Amino acid sequence: MMFAASAVALVITMALALVRALLGPTIFDRVLAANMMATKTTLLIAVLGFLTGRPDFTDIALVYALLNFVGTVAVLKFMAHGTLGGAPVPERERQ
Amino acid sequence: MIADALSWLLILGGGGCVLVGGIGVIRLPDFYSRLHAAGLTDTLGAALTVLGLIVQSGWTLVSVKLAIILVVLFFASPTGSHALAAAARASGLPVWPGTGGRP
Repeated sequence: MMFAASAVALVITMALALVRALLGPTIFDRVLAANMMATKTTLLIAVLGFLTGRPDFTDIALVYALLNFVGTVAVLKFMAHGTLGGAPVPERERQ
Repeated sequence: MIADALSWLLILGGGGCVLVGGIGVIRLPDFYSRLHAAGLTDTLGAALTVLGLIVQSGWTLVSVKLAIILVVLFFASPTGSHALAAAARASGLPVWPGTGGRP
């Protein structure tokens, strides 16, 4: 029963993060909301794994936690440098 | 019985922290304060929930994987939040005037 309560809390927080992603004035608010959504998805997968009695969900949650971190840093690197490591984009074109 | 009660407490505590963080992300005025709220849910809420799940699953392989998730989140979330704040600061995002200009 408590898993259901925790899952509901997680889903509500993901909805709030989604609202922040829509409202967010700056790009960074949206990246923040995406980061938060992914972390909550990791927890939701783990909790749902316990809710439905399937222990193999924890592997998916683990992979998703790693994926989220790499994704966030990749987006930030792209925003900071305008490219993901290819030829450096000249200053003018970046904005 | 005690393990159930303890895991019940931990998981509901984690859910509560997650909710507080979610509300904080909506209501706080400035990006940096929102980042603080999101960081709160990432670390404490996740840690409590995963700890509750570990206590619930006892001495099995599942709790080893959950412990690995805990370690990964323990290092990945703050690093991600720091990278986010550094990128925002580097791109010159103005700080909330209420803090007197000092971040």
